Amino acid sequence: MENVVRSLFVYLRDYRKETVLAPLFKMLEASFELFVPLVMASMIDKGIGNGDISYIIKMSLILLLLAGIGLTSSITAQFFAAKAAVGFAEKLRSALFSHIQGFSFSEEDKLGTSTLITRMTSDINQVQNGVNMVLRLFLRSPFIVFGAMIMAFTIDVKAALIFVVTIPALSGIVFGIMMWTMPLYKKVQGKLDLVLRVTRENLTGARVIRAFAKEEEEKEHFHRENDELNTLQKYVGKISALMNPVTYIVVNAATIMLIYTGALRVDQGWITQGEVVALVNYMAQILVELVKLANLIVTITKALACADRVESVMLMESSMADGTLTESEIAGKTLHTKAAKVEFKNVCLTYQGAGGESLSGLNFRVERGDTTGIIGGTGSGKSSLVNLIPRFYDATKGEVLIDGVNVKDYPIETLRRKTGIVMQKAVLFKGSIRENICWGRKDATDEEIEEALCMSQSKEFVDQKEGRLDFFITQNGKNLSGGQKQRLSIARAMVRKPEILILDDSASALDFATDARLRKAIRETEGDMTVFIVSQRTSSIQHADQIIVLDDGEIAAIGTHEQLLKTCDLYQEIHYSQTGRSSEGGAGK
Amino acid sequence: MNVVVMKKVLSYIKRYRLVVALSLAFAAGSVALTLYVPILTGRAVDLIVAPGDVDFPGILAVLTRIGIAVLLTALMQWLMGVCNNRITYGVVRDIRARAFEKIEMLPLKYVDGHSTGDIVSRVIADVDQFADGLLMGFTQLFTGVITILGTLLFMLSLNVTITLVVVVITPVSLFVARYIATKTFSMFKLQSETRGEQTALIDEMVGNGRVVKAYSREADIQSRFDEINRRLSVCSLKAIFYSSLTNPATRFVNSLVYAGVGVFGAVAAVHGRISVGQLSSFLSYANQYTKPFNEISGVVTELQNALACAARVFELIEEEPQIPEKENAVVLKNPDGSVALQDVSFSYVPDKKLIEKFNLSVKPGQRVAIVGPTGCGKTTVINLLMRFYDVNEGAIRVAGIDIRDMTRRSLRTNYGMVLQETWLKTGTIRDNITMGKPDATEEEIIAAAKASHAHSFIKRLPNGYDTVITEDGGSLSVGQKQLLCITRVMLCLPPMLILDEATSSIDTRTEIKIQEAFARMMKGRTSFIVAHRLSTIQEADIILVMKDGNIIEQGNHESLLSAGGFYANLYNSQFAR
Repeated sequence: MENVVRSLFVYLRDYRKETVLAPLFKMLEASFELFVPLVMASMIDKGIGNGDISYIIKMSLILLLLAGIGLTSSITAQFFAAKAAVGFAEKLRSALFSHIQGFSFSEEDKLGTSTLITRMTSDINQVQNGVNMVLRLFLRSPFIVFGAMIMAFTIDVKAALIFVVTIPALSGIVFGIMMWTMPLYKKVQGKLDLVLRVTRENLTGARVIRAFAKEEEEKEHFHRENDELNTLQKYVGKISALMNPVTYIVVNAATIMLIYTGALRVDQGWITQGEVVALVNYMAQILVELVKLANLIVTITKALACADRVESVMLMESSMADGTLTESEIAGKTLHTKAAKVEFKNVCLTYQGAGGESLSGLNFRVERGDTTGIIGGTGSGKSSLVNLIPRFYDATKGEVLIDGVNVKDYPIETLRRKTGIVMQKAVLFKGSIRENICWGRKDATDEEIEEALCMSQSKEFVDQKEGRLDFFITQNGKNLSGGQKQRLSIARAMVRKPEILILDDSASALDFATDARLRKAIRETEGDMTVFIVSQRTSSIQHADQIIVLDDGEIAAIGTHEQLLKTCDLYQEIHYSQTGRSSEGGAGK
Repeated sequence: MNVVVMKKVLSYIKRYRLVVALSLAFAAGSVALTLYVPILTGRAVDLIVAPGDVDFPGILAVLTRIGIAVLLTALMQWLMGVCNNRITYGVVRDIRARAFEKIEMLPLKYVDGHSTGDIVSRVIADVDQFADGLLMGFTQLFTGVITILGTLLFMLSLNVTITLVVVVITPVSLFVARYIATKTFSMFKLQSETRGEQTALIDEMVGNGRVVKAYSREADIQSRFDEINRRLSVCSLKAIFYSSLTNPATRFVNSLVYAGVGVFGAVAAVHGRISVGQLSSFLSYANQYTKPFNEISGVVTELQNALACAARVFELIEEEPQIPEKENAVVLKNPDGSVALQDVSFSYVPDKKLIEKFNLSVKPGQRVAIVGPTGCGKTTVINLLMRFYDVNEGAIRVAGIDIRDMTRRSLRTNYGMVLQETWLKTGTIRDNITMGKPDATEEEIIAAAKASHAHSFIKRLPNGYDTVITEDGGSLSVGQKQLLCITRVMLCLPPMLILDEATSSIDTRTEIKIQEAFARMMKGRTSFIVAHRLSTIQEADIILVMKDGNIIEQGNHESLLSAGGFYANLYNSQFAR
């Protein structure tokens, strides 16, 4: 718990001034409050005792003055507290988001989107609330509590001893309940995660759920999770509701003791009646402060549980270290080598937590400007292979070289700038078509965008969209068809004119004619772009300079279409299954 | 607007009126006792006058009374807390349940048109905030109001003039609080909206982190995030600071009251109208009387925030649901599989016409292939057949019955659908396969998995059919996910099928086998296939050729080829390089 506080504390650093000033002003306010019972006591003893009305009025003016100073310092404190808390949350959110963005694919696989969203939003909000409250009250309350005790000592040592016993007892109760409820609040938050996941799932899977008419079951499922959350919340609530009554009992027991002791001391002539009233008032102040503290504890308990969850994400390190070579070092290394554009040397890949290797012992080289086709069955490792080139995952054994340099030595951004990858699942973002294409290259001109649209065969449908390049794509590209999304994501990769273009089965939703035109356009691009095409269809790759046939993570054969047709059974089987037996003439797709 | 939202909240609370009554009773009891204690304390003080003038037996009697009162108060306070928790979390559960049920009933148009993150933020974060506010409201509003009333009574019974002083000064704090509250409400609303915007961005960017990384866009996204974050920070600061002014402001008024009571009380005591003990009771009342005002005003701001959040949830709950089933909607049972579209017109947005006056008659067991260039709107046909969207004009009939006259459930369960975009839910592989037939036996499940060639890879997973897959299939490959979706349909085998580019990500060897299984499955079943494979198209009874959302040609392979239209062009272009 302390660690949590410490490691997230750094985000308060820029608000050091506010963090110190807020409690300070609060303490100022509190100390003026502590004088009030004393003023009142002398009002009773001197004012009433002597019947001195002008003294009474003088004292009440002092009370007003104290109130005025209290107000000013309190407002100042509230401002600094709010500023520090909000600023802290802003920094923390930004840092967390940036941290999440730094995750490699492996970490992303492990966590899920839902839990990251709760941590970014509701968890941080709770932490912000916690910081705000702590700055406002956490120092003020103990200050009042101990201050009241010290004031009691100035009145009468013997009566003050009751304070000395009461205060530790109260702190024991408060912290005991806090320790008890803290793990429970964590559990509540975990349950909330589940409720969120079901909600999210039902939005993303609305079509399938309705197609299978599973609405009722899903409702039941949700109600179950929701009810469990409810039960847990009520249970935690029951425990934290103990805080107020128990402290109330303790404080009043102390008051009873105080009155009795006070009676003895007055009887013996040590203190006056007015001072007894002051003592009782101090005890009452402690109670008021404790009620606030108890509420604060609830907030803090929640905040700490949430901070813990935020921190656990923060502590998760990206498993991928950035390359350290500088641009000039890379240039020096790549300039004089006659290395292949891309080379795999004995590459193996095992995913985190997976039982076996997904890729084993891959060896091949690809020359600059060549097109490489990759084909193989589902789960044979085609995507895994191409994912190693832009270093989405690190090879567990062997090395992947681009221009003769290990991909691990490139700064990741440099490496990714060299590659344009179009993934199986076409993903577009909320925003105009232009904005989406510019993901590929920030400073792309409209001409370059048009060119990319042309090459990716998107021009035709983009022309029909209202506003063309300004056509607004809704979240997840919901207002486009699957094929349109694929083509735009291809355009996005093309616009960056990458040295290496990777199409990971990204034409699956295209019809044959469009697919054929697309390949033709890619072949005809200027420059010496090196292309990888992953496909299920032999027709998409048959013109490649070399074709890699994968089988269960290993290379079954490498060669051209014609060579493979003669030598590779697996390739033959795939080819003929798609075209019909060659004797039948096939469609020749 | 607030009143309206409040009324809705109250309608949710109604279910718990018994608990509310109990809570009120406990509140009243504990407050009455709490107020009684200062009187007792005052009496005790009056018994302690000066050295040698202390009534010990009297003090002991009073102290015993205090003890009993305190114990009772504590018990009632706790019970009240338990009741309040019950109400708050109950209401929250009910609202979430309603919101979720609404999600299940919303037309797909709404789901398609709204960001998932925003809806999720309404159901989770907003409701949470609302809960916090409501709980505070209950615990403090009740006791607050009762304390004010009780204190007034007790004070009046002690001394009328001093009571008047208190009553005159206190309303000032209410004014101050009210002024602050109205100022902050709009800030809280802005904060809530900005949060929604931020959640949507997080959802989009974290959910699609792979693409973000592939294009090294982290820095740009970060700056977009920081921009929203900055705005959020600004309005949060305002909202929090302004609302936190309530406390100091009301506390100041509180001090005024305290000083007022001190002056008038002391003067009265000098003239012997009240005792010192009574003055001490009065002083603690002055504190207790204004404290609830502080709390109430605190609660008011908190409630404002809560209501702003509630308003966003209610917006979702009150969203117009899909057109309800007709009262006499029939349950479609064992349809013969005939499907007819008569004069169907449809478009997503009124000003952009798509399908117009379209007619199609599919006999039982016929195979319909939907072909056309990418993006020609093939999914629209599926949306209409499954009644994800309703036609604007005309009618679609299954087995001669208008699909709007039957229950959606019976219509949809009679279709087996495999969509292009696979979707799996969190749960075991088995849960996912048995979606369409929860009571399937182990043998049936394995048979279906074998038929769709998913069995072999499922077997190799760590826990076989009981392997839990995470959100959206997690570690499975696209192809494996698709195999599972096919298995899902394979298991329940409805009389009509919709296959949407289902096999596009599966390797051809498996695909061949699936095609065979499909062929078996399609026998005697009406099927709609969004087709890419030439063989499928050639074997289809009816080919629908689509372009730009319109169905432009209709016929079989030979007739369309000889017609020499768009289809013929498309077919011939497949030889293009």
